[in-house]
Amino acid sequence: MAHTADHYYVPHGSHWPIIASIALTTGVVGAALWFNGHASGEMVLFIGLALVAFMMFGWFGTVINESLKGMYNEQVDRSFRQGMMWFIFSEVMFFAAFFGALFYARELAVPWLLGEGAKFATHDYLWPNFSEAWPTNGPGGVGGQFETVGAWGIPALNTLLLLTSGVTITLAHWALKAGDRTKTVLWLIATVALGAIFLGFQAYEYIHAYHELNLTLESGIYGSTFFMLTGFHGFHVTIGTAMLLVITIRAAKGHFTADNHFAFEGVAWYWHFVDVVWLGLFIFVYVL
Amino acid sequence: MTTATATHDDHHDHGPAKGLMRWITTTNHKDIGTLYLLFALIMFFIGGAMAMVIRAELFQPGMQIVDPQFFNSMTTVHALLMIFGAVMPAFTGLANWLIPMQIGAPDMALPRMNNFSFWILPFAFTLLLSTFFMSGGGPAGGWTLYPPLSLQMGDGFPFLIFAIHLAGISSIMGSINVIVTILNMRAPGMTLMKMPLFCWTWLITAYLLIATMPVLAGAVTMLLTDKFAGTSFFNAAGGGDPVMFQHIFWFFGHPEVYILILPAFGIISAIVPTFARKPLFGYSSMVYATASIAFLSFIVWAHHMFTVGMPVTGELFFMYATMMIAVPTGVKVFNWVSTMWKGSMTFETPMLFAVGFIMMFTIGGFSGLMLAIAPADFQYHDTYFVVAHFHYVLVTGAIYSIMAATYYWLPKWTGNMYDERLGKIHFWISTISVNLLFFPQHFLGLAGMPRRIPDYSVQFADWNMVSSIGGFIFGASQLLFAYNVYKTVKGGKKATDKVWEGADGLEWTLSSPPPYHSFTEAPVVK
Repeated sequence: MAHTADHYYVPHGSHWPIIASIALTTGVVGAALWFNGHASGEMVLFIGLALVAFMMFGWFGTVINESLKGMYNEQVDRSFRQGMMWFIFSEVMFFAAFFGALFYARELAVPWLLGEGAKFATHDYLWPNFSEAWPTNGPGGVGGQFETVGAWGIPALNTLLLLTSGVTITLAHWALKAGDRTKTVLWLIATVALGAIFLGFQAYEYIHAYHELNLTLESGIYGSTFFMLTGFHGFHVTIGTAMLLVITIRAAKGHFTADNHFAFEGVAWYWHFVDVVWLGLFIFVYVL
Repeated sequence: MTTATATHDDHHDHGPAKGLMRWITTTNHKDIGTLYLLFALIMFFIGGAMAMVIRAELFQPGMQIVDPQFFNSMTTVHALLMIFGAVMPAFTGLANWLIPMQIGAPDMALPRMNNFSFWILPFAFTLLLSTFFMSGGGPAGGWTLYPPLSLQMGDGFPFLIFAIHLAGISSIMGSINVIVTILNMRAPGMTLMKMPLFCWTWLITAYLLIATMPVLAGAVTMLLTDKFAGTSFFNAAGGGDPVMFQHIFWFFGHPEVYILILPAFGIISAIVPTFARKPLFGYSSMVYATASIAFLSFIVWAHHMFTVGMPVTGELFFMYATMMIAVPTGVKVFNWVSTMWKGSMTFETPMLFAVGFIMMFTIGGFSGLMLAIAPADFQYHDTYFVVAHFHYVLVTGAIYSIMAATYYWLPKWTGNMYDERLGKIHFWISTISVNLLFFPQHFLGLAGMPRRIPDYSVQFADWNMVSSIGGFIFGASQLLFAYNVYKTVKGGKKATDKVWEGADGLEWTLSSPPPYHSFTEAPVVK
């Protein structure tokens, strides 16, 4: 039977997925051992992460080669696009859990501990002296006295950086569509740089919080929500920056054409997603 | 382009690789479907063995066989295995086998990721089961993992949490694959409203999975950091709230309930018309009912928590919202019954299981309505009535639909007919014993017997013994099922391409067994 590029490409067996499963399992076993205080934990975790990195180079490398050989038709491209969108939706829901925790704690749990509403009994019987509204580390003062990070210093600057990076990646996209490789690469480099500066500022802010404000992950519910939300976001910015770096190199190598550049768009969507999550964080964690 | 075409051709002509590596590296939807189904069957028997331990301990009052800690880990891990290891992978296996064949596609949309989705599962469940051999033993705080109890687990705790993460990653990737396959791979002319209902129900199930599995991942991540990183999400002294975990968990957990039953609705909607020899009654209302159930599933979660202490407005909202689910579910049951009305019915094994499903799932649905009544739930909560309710919907609901599907499509998959007589024996023994097993648990619950406790007051002795006897027979009779499947895979009377006289749909136009790549040329659907 004669096949042309208009047939959907169904790959033959691949060993990358099983390597991926082994890599992930090794990583989580390492993390679990580490949590349990085993000496081997960190080493196993490191091996797992190294395997994950190896797998990603191999798997994505295979896909890139197939793409460059023209084995993917428009329908395959659509599968990738839809897959990426649904992946981003799952990420949105992951953040939703932590935003949900923040809203629940601020709007319900802490007011109840302060003696409001239907669950005043905890306040009356356990902690009648508790009077500290948000930001709080709870009636037990878990983690000790702390100060919060102001919204209008580094966080505002970071907001500006990420919003600007949203503009630069769009300019890169326009340049790509116009077939201007130099401009595409330059705007992408600008985007990577903005992401990296954001991460630098975020690291600085964490050090400041830990050393000068006594605001830590252990600072009660405020510290928990603050560091888990900004921490997972920062982790996603790190991944996004790495992805941007990869497509910058690929753009420089001429992998993308004006009408065939799914990888570019997938990364751009991811970057916008990270950007939007930050806006949510800026408003609900820092400003309000 | 020429080179590409050549490589591509080779792949098609080769067929599957030989030996074990075929199964480890496969990107074929049928191979992966088989792996999922086999994995689910193994988990079904391991989880079933745990249920046997539970029923053996509860055979008589007093402590007989296992210590309470181990009993608690049996109830916990039985649930985790059956939900995440048996029912969900079985449905995913069916989706893998059937969706490409039903919509006229060559394979799933993202075949390598499909392999990844499956092969994480054996690792995830090995991690979960390995906790039994660690200091502190397996998880024993209930499958819902409520803190602070769940945080008291020993060394196995991080392994449990990561097992859930891995299983979640598997589900999310599997669901992305299902959605993209259905939205992007349909044959020309296969419009959404012409799709078999199994595809529709799975499309909506996959959406629910992508929306809720990450929320579960978030919830268990908070447990992990509460235990190991000093966070205070569920610690009131730090300003958190243990009840918050229940809210986040059930925001995942209630849609999860429909994840476990919507594909079953799709299966029953395929089988009933075949053996009634009539088209499905009310196709479009089935689609809308499924979508309505999915929507409602997001706004009813706190009915699992009526007794936890909620404002009255909350109780009322969740009570009424829950009761509304009875409407679309009723539409479905009405449609299945109307499909059978004046049909030329025959009762081969798949139809027996389908009719059994409709009757017994409805019993489970009605006890669900009773539980939805907030003031009444204060009495029923955490009793055996709840256990009876969800086993009616999950065993005689979800599991029965999987059995029905297996008997229905096995001749298509293997090219051999299963042993009809053995299938019927399996159905009747299962149905009698499963009612013996779970129906008395309604009485026990209404009389006040609490769930998840290894001992009970002597007044509950008689019905517990009846229930245990039913349990042992039901457990043993599933060996008949495994044997029948094994026998059919090995040989048997050759099946025709259409298999069933009244069967309708693209999968029946393929040979039995179907070719390795389903539709290399897309069929045209009129």
